[in-house]
Amino acid sequence: MDNYLIAMATIACVYGLMTVSLNLSWGVTGMVNLGIAGFFGIGAYTSALLTTRLGWPVVAGVASAMVAGALVGAVLSIATLRLRDDYLAIVTLGFAEIVRLVALNELWLTNGSDGISGIPAPIPRGYGYGFSLAFLALIAALLALAAWSASRLQRSPYGRVLRAIRDDADVTAVAGKDVVRFKLKTFALSTAIAGAAGAMYGHYTSFVAPDLFAPLLTIYIFLALTIGGTGNVKGAVLGAFVLIAILEGSRYSAAFLPELSAVQQSAVREMVVAALFLLCLRFRPRGLVPERMGAAGE
Amino acid sequence: MARGAPLLEVSDVARAFYGLRALTGVSFGVRQGTITGLIGPNGAGKTTLFNVISGMLRADAGRVTFAGWDATNRAPHLISRAGLVRSFQIARGFPRLTVRENLMLYARDNPGERMSRALLWNAKTRQAEREIGARAAAVADRLGLRAVLDNPASALSGGQKKLLEIGRTMMASPSMILLDEPAAGVNPSLTRTIAGHVRALADEGMTVLIIEHDMTLVRELCDPVIVMTEGRTLVEGTFAAVAGDARVQEAYLGKKQWH
Repeated sequence: MDNYLIAMATIACVYGLMTVSLNLSWGVTGMVNLGIAGFFGIGAYTSALLTTRLGWPVVAGVASAMVAGALVGAVLSIATLRLRDDYLAIVTLGFAEIVRLVALNELWLTNGSDGISGIPAPIPRGYGYGFSLAFLALIAALLALAAWSASRLQRSPYGRVLRAIRDDADVTAVAGKDVVRFKLKTFALSTAIAGAAGAMYGHYTSFVAPDLFAPLLTIYIFLALTIGGTGNVKGAVLGAFVLIAILEGSRYSAAFLPELSAVQQSAVREMVVAALFLLCLRFRPRGLVPERMGAAGE
Repeated sequence: MARGAPLLEVSDVARAFYGLRALTGVSFGVRQGTITGLIGPNGAGKTTLFNVISGMLRADAGRVTFAGWDATNRAPHLISRAGLVRSFQIARGFPRLTVRENLMLYARDNPGERMSRALLWNAKTRQAEREIGARAAAVADRLGLRAVLDNPASALSGGQKKLLEIGRTMMASPSMILLDEPAAGVNPSLTRTIAGHVRALADEGMTVLIIEHDMTLVRELCDPVIVMTEGRTLVEGTFAAVAGDARVQEAYLGKKQWH
């Protein structure tokens, strides 16, 4: 396989972890997380700092990134879950910006806009092509594990409660379910997965910086999940790959428009993404792989 | 609990929405094994009272005791787990869940609702889920919802939604149910069917508190009947006694004007 394609598939897997995460919180449970990029950043920096400064092994770094993502997610959701649903969206949106600004300004810890470089990989980079393939296999396995778990959870009685909460949280409480607890655990699990995505990204590229998790990243994840199909794990993963294909594929559109400058061409690329998204909303409003009903207990 | 003591006791419950005093002092008891009717004109505060009893609204004052347990202002899931489960007047619930899922959701102590058990999904967890599924099918059979078990709840007719409301409360294996207008807006023949289901549940030992505007149904099912007006309890008695009470007639029809 071409090195470029391997790299794109790897990035698509990183995005896939984030769409699986968003599907769990928003797609299945109805909790809007506008701070995906922030949790990605928390994970990326946690693992990057622990492995470069303290010399922790990569596995421990990624695990810590997940724990950090879960803890921060739990704190944010505890603070907002008893309020109206939209508060979580507002708080997570603000949180992601705070993470980015802290990463940008706390030079002693994060090295500011220069970022952290020299992040170790779980496989020696010296293997070149072998490294790329092995890393792809690793992240694909991680994505498969996350998707399998999320899918199993969604089809289980646990997931039935989540889908009930999405429809009517008050009635779910009358059904005897501790709604706050379900939301809290589910949100923490989803932000742990987003943290893992950030950590793996850092270990893949060996470099993290604050501009990696600008708000646009969160928007891309919402786009990917909407294209793929909210409430469906297969749709979530497919959406991530479609998004990367569109983002990367539209690079080649530049060749057909040689009279445009580079800046204009990158704007055209955003327009192509937007147009495809609109087409998707018009013709496949429930996504490429729509949610199936009545899947619990199968 | 002493025989004859009320299973549910509501004392001096009050609740205001800013200036509007929806409940000003509601007190009554519901004895075990009865089908107690709760009637009163629109705006009397019946549904607000249900919301307070079921924990969905906080009471400003007063006390709710269920089976000797202080249920005042407890979280709704704790009240339901204690065995006091309500239905909703405008069939609420889970349009994107199937009828089967709507029913199964109400089952208590499903091990598969724990995250770890859901992920492991071992034989024991699967068995518990299967048993709950069988119970849901039995409840659906009883209510005549078998044919629509795998339809989304949003695709049900109005009457079927009312039946599903009753079925969901049954799935929670409660000792008492609060039914909020179970026969509102359904045709007379379905009203008969619903009355039959409520009667059958009571015969099996379920205590029922029922808000209803259909007086034929109240007369036929409920003893005693409690009348609420303007946020408080007015009288309590048999249907005949209550219907003959001048204060009740006044509450429904208005005071006779002197010309």
